[in-house]
Amino acid sequence: MTNEITNLVVEAMPHFEGYVYPNEATRQPLWGVLIVLYPYITGLVAGAFIMASLVRVFKVKALEPVYRLSMLTAFAFLLCAPLPLLCHLGHPERCLEVMMTPHLTSPMAVFGFIYAWYLMAVLLLELWFDYRQDFVQWSQNTSGFRGILYRAFTLGVTDESKEAVGLDLKVGWIISIVGIPSAFLLHGYVGFIFGSIKANPWWGNALMPIIFILSAMVSGIALCVFNYMTLTWIRRHSPDIRCLDAMGMFLFYALVIDAAVEGLDWIQRIYSAEEGFQLLRQLATEKLFYTLNLGQALLGTAMPLVLLGTLQVLRRRIPELARKRMYFASAALILVGVLAMRWNVVIGGQLFSKSLRGFMSHKMDFAGMEGWFMGAVLLALPFIVLTVLVKLFLAERLPEGRGVPYQHEPEL
Amino acid sequence: MKSHVSRRSMIGRAGAALAGLLAAPVARTVRAAVAKGLVSSGAPRGYDPTQHKWVMAIDVNRCIGCGLCVEACKRENHVPSGPYYRTWVERYIITKPEPGTDGARGETLVDSPDGGMHGFGQPAVGAEKIQHSFFAPKLCNLCQHSPCVQACPVGATFDAPDGAVLIDPKYCIGCGFCIQACPYGCRFLSPATHTAEKCSLCYHRITRGLKPACVEVCPTQARVFGDLKNSGAEDPIRQFYQNNRVQALKPHLGTDPRVFYAGIDKEVR
Repeated sequence: MTNEITNLVVEAMPHFEGYVYPNEATRQPLWGVLIVLYPYITGLVAGAFIMASLVRVFKVKALEPVYRLSMLTAFAFLLCAPLPLLCHLGHPERCLEVMMTPHLTSPMAVFGFIYAWYLMAVLLLELWFDYRQDFVQWSQNTSGFRGILYRAFTLGVTDESKEAVGLDLKVGWIISIVGIPSAFLLHGYVGFIFGSIKANPWWGNALMPIIFILSAMVSGIALCVFNYMTLTWIRRHSPDIRCLDAMGMFLFYALVIDAAVEGLDWIQRIYSAEEGFQLLRQLATEKLFYTLNLGQALLGTAMPLVLLGTLQVLRRRIPELARKRMYFASAALILVGVLAMRWNVVIGGQLFSKSLRGFMSHKMDFAGMEGWFMGAVLLALPFIVLTVLVKLFLAERLPEGRGVPYQHEPEL
Repeated sequence: MKSHVSRRSMIGRAGAALAGLLAAPVARTVRAAVAKGLVSSGAPRGYDPTQHKWVMAIDVNRCIGCGLCVEACKRENHVPSGPYYRTWVERYIITKPEPGTDGARGETLVDSPDGGMHGFGQPAVGAEKIQHSFFAPKLCNLCQHSPCVQACPVGATFDAPDGAVLIDPKYCIGCGFCIQACPYGCRFLSPATHTAEKCSLCYHRITRGLKPACVEVCPTQARVFGDLKNSGAEDPIRQFYQNNRVQALKPHLGTDPRVFYAGIDKEVR
């Protein structure tokens, strides 16, 4: 709206264009960078777990070298996933009410249960069954604090008989089977938090949970590629190129499906052009120009698609070193692109008024709960936790563990 | 002989611990359900919410945009200063079509400086260019299918049996989900209490036989308030429904607002 009233309102409230409801004329949006990070981190958990399931359930042998790293990645990020939510609450001390007295018509109330289920019934259990035999062996071979820790982690179950190990594998396999739909539920539900808000045309969309699940898979696999290559680089090892090729293939197909569904969403929006469409178009082409068109579409989707697509077609003709660099670049770009996507959803949905007559602006501060610094800390935290986990459970000086969760799998 | 804790017994113990954990929320939910009956809503002892059905209606033709209702609301409910409003007034100016164009109307210009609390200044367009102008007071729409109540993760916001949609400030966790879910922009996160706030129809007043502050001060009776369970045919609220064709805001969202407007234009949302 480029008319007189715009000028009038802008004069009175310099952060706003057009008409926004008076309650929307706050300096910062209600949900800031913390709520951007929350679906980002949760998505990485779901994606990394699905990556690990490719090894355990679908028996993709090429991915064996990243199985445990993927599981630890999912675990480290899941531990940190609720932190942004908690920091964002007006009354964090009342957070347990969400689980103690949940209001079950609220998608947010279900988060507590899905999170608890995923953490305790899926990830922790699967990790324990995966590592139990190793804990027993490590506790015998390691002394000092670490030895005590490994002994504690065995939870007293030190049976190493063939039957016991077979049972570990069997139960781990069952948990993994349950874990795949749980991972979809975990992130699909996060998409539903936004998709269920019919008051907001940018969010209220039946495709939102599906888009969130797909982008979670893409970002999770990309994170595993990133972590695997970084870890091997730190340890001065050479990454297994067969493993990278396999991850690259899955990443490419996941990205193709994700881009197709997101494109479908846009085609539907443009074709139906419902109430508020002009506003959303302005949002996409002006207000979110950099993060949507450059960050999400170009850097996060188109470039990785070209890189990974080229690798699929010309894999044998590209030298190994170049391939590794292309995989790393694709993974890094996708990680940035999916972060931009979460930003576009969360912040984009709060850049326009629900009166559909005007825009708010958003400028992030450096300090404060919703500032750059806090965002960076919360984003770095899962990597710090992962470093500790890798030191403890994936250390070079530990005796080689089994690492592969299905070789001795019993007949079921 | 070294003793082993069998996996069976270990799983058994873990199961018992999990059952204990799961039982706690059930117990708390039951306790909360009981506590809900005793929730602190500002109503006096002895007030029976099942014996009333409060409702408000707005006659847009009568509103003169003085903003007294907004000020009264802010004072009565200690609404924080700044962009926080339980009620506000919007000014709509619909201009004539530009000469030479074939539109039926021109642009729609909307403003609400300080929520209309201090009235409205001169419009940005000259009187000769204005086709229609009017004021639209806004407040909680008392939806029958409230998205805010549906969205609240802890049930801190709830439909009272007497028609009011209330918030228990001692229970609200301040997540802001209800604020995002309200299509009408009626809610805000109070910078003072860090909980969600909205129009409560001045619950502390209406449960004592008084009118809401905004209704009390309105000089033109543009806001009509009543109790559908205790009103005769001559009551202003019954007269309002009798004499007007009414509309609700954003009906396509299926929220079924109970606040009806008379004399409204399609541009109001």
